[in-house]
Amino acid sequence: MKLQQISVFIENQSGRLYDVTNLLGQNGINIRALSLADTSDFGILRLIVNNPENAYKILKDNEFTVGRTEVVAVEVKDEPGGLAEILGALSKNEINVEYMYAFVEPSGGNAIMIFRFDETDKAVEKLTAAGFTLVPGNRIYGI
Amino acid sequence: MIWNQQYETMPRDELRKLQLLRLKQLCENVYHRVPFYRNAFDKAGVKPEDIKSLDDLQRLPFTYKQDMRDNYPFGMFAVPQEQVVRIHASSGTTGKPTVVGYTARDVDTWAELMARTMSAAGVGRGDILQNAYGYGLFTGGLGAHYGGEKIGASVIPISGGNSKKQLMLLKDFGSTAISCTPSYALSLYETAVEEGINIDELKLRVGIFGAEPWTDAMRQEIEAKWKIDALDIYGLSEIIGPGVGYECVEEKRGMHISEDHFIVETIDPKTGEVLPAGEEGELVFTTITKEAIPLIRYRTRDITSLITDPCKCGRSSVRMRKVTGRSDDMLIIRGVNVFPSQVEAIIVTKKELSPHYLLIVDRVDNMDTLEVQIELAEGVFMDTISKLQELAKTVEKEIKDMIGVTCKVRIVEHKTIARSEGKAMRVLDKRKL
Repeated sequence: MKLQQISVFIENQSGRLYDVTNLLGQNGINIRALSLADTSDFGILRLIVNNPENAYKILKDNEFTVGRTEVVAVEVKDEPGGLAEILGALSKNEINVEYMYAFVEPSGGNAIMIFRFDETDKAVEKLTAAGFTLVPGNRIYGI
Repeated sequence: MIWNQQYETMPRDELRKLQLLRLKQLCENVYHRVPFYRNAFDKAGVKPEDIKSLDDLQRLPFTYKQDMRDNYPFGMFAVPQEQVVRIHASSGTTGKPTVVGYTARDVDTWAELMARTMSAAGVGRGDILQNAYGYGLFTGGLGAHYGGEKIGASVIPISGGNSKKQLMLLKDFGSTAISCTPSYALSLYETAVEEGINIDELKLRVGIFGAEPWTDAMRQEIEAKWKIDALDIYGLSEIIGPGVGYECVEEKRGMHISEDHFIVETIDPKTGEVLPAGEEGELVFTTITKEAIPLIRYRTRDITSLITDPCKCGRSSVRMRKVTGRSDDMLIIRGVNVFPSQVEAIIVTKKELSPHYLLIVDRVDNMDTLEVQIELAEGVFMDTISKLQELAKTVEKEIKDMIGVTCKVRIVEHKTIARSEGKAMRVLDKRKL
């Protein structure tokens, strides 16, 4: 129930984001979801793609500073309080969220939240137990 | 104004006789009192009694900064520690500083040299000297302080920094002379303008500037802005501190070297051959009167040339031109000596960082800036911003604590810092010097 996320360290230079996305595009990698965290000096581009293994290899071979991180995708009910419900369960179990970002599944109506936890396995266990729907990798990669 | 007529204007043949006499005594002294020198002399196959003329100096071995580190802290001392009345230290190539000691006579000699320096700049009794060199282990502050007192000036030991207070005292006390780094003089001017201070109302007329390289263009700028004479001085703590070389206000062209206390040579840094006067090479000093830590043929790593023409001021001593570069990779940033290897020693302790780094030195608004670019290590990847920022802050703090300069650490992508064949490019100095 864990997903592979590709993280790329990029300096704040014009064209750098283009370089990453263009390289992936040319190699037939489709980006499913992304988030960009940035400071004045650098940023970290986090990507969920259709083929994480390949994407990692392509970026590495092209000398990008790239890493792989395990994240968890959780379905969020499309109604007021949907996200709060998940965060409440995490808080109760003392699980910290390092960062998170959302995207919308085109076929279903629900939003999907990508979470990075400090204790991934514990989070998976507790969220499952609490009845939340965790989205498996093959479903996300193949969207 | 000449402080010491007898020695500063001594005819050259007499001066050379005096140098030889003192050199012989020095060799005798270090050979018997400093095991390091006994070894070095023996290795070079030379005995103190072999020194029969000043040309024989070339037979003596060089002393390197590394030798001082190897003998840290007091191994180079030629007197028992109870005769040492002062200990200073400057930054070394790694964590350990370079230690220098002074006997009571050395402190007097130093004050004498700084008295000559001040007099040559036209500072004397009745002047109010605002001494904005840093006080502490650094030799700048106390060196200028003792010289200022010796010539009878009223010395204000304000030390470096705190520009608003500096300006207040300049105005209220009517300081007539200031001693600090040249870049600080320019930075202080900016603050004076911001504070709305009318330069014409100040009594300042002369500045004694050193501890970092600067150009004649900078001199003109300082002189025009502050409406003062700006004089260059040269010194390094290994030799004695400030006071090794000083400009005279008559010519402002080259720094007089007190040859009754030091023998100066310029050498080819690669071969060690002594160069004819006037040719550019590395400055080498032999301290012929120092007691606590006398040095023979100390390699300063500073590149410049000597002027032997007579000077308008009447001093008979040789002069050194401004330092134009270094024969090693030492940087002087805001007056602080910085070796890339010191930064490297900090970086290699961080597993998230690679040992590929670049020091970028610049001068912004007359102040030196240091940016340290470091590549992330391969295979170790943190994808949270806060951890990366924390890492950069930690390195910044360690550099500040260990080396004493404030810098900005910029973490960069893997393989973005240029690799070069052979010696790595560690420094990009954008200052126009």
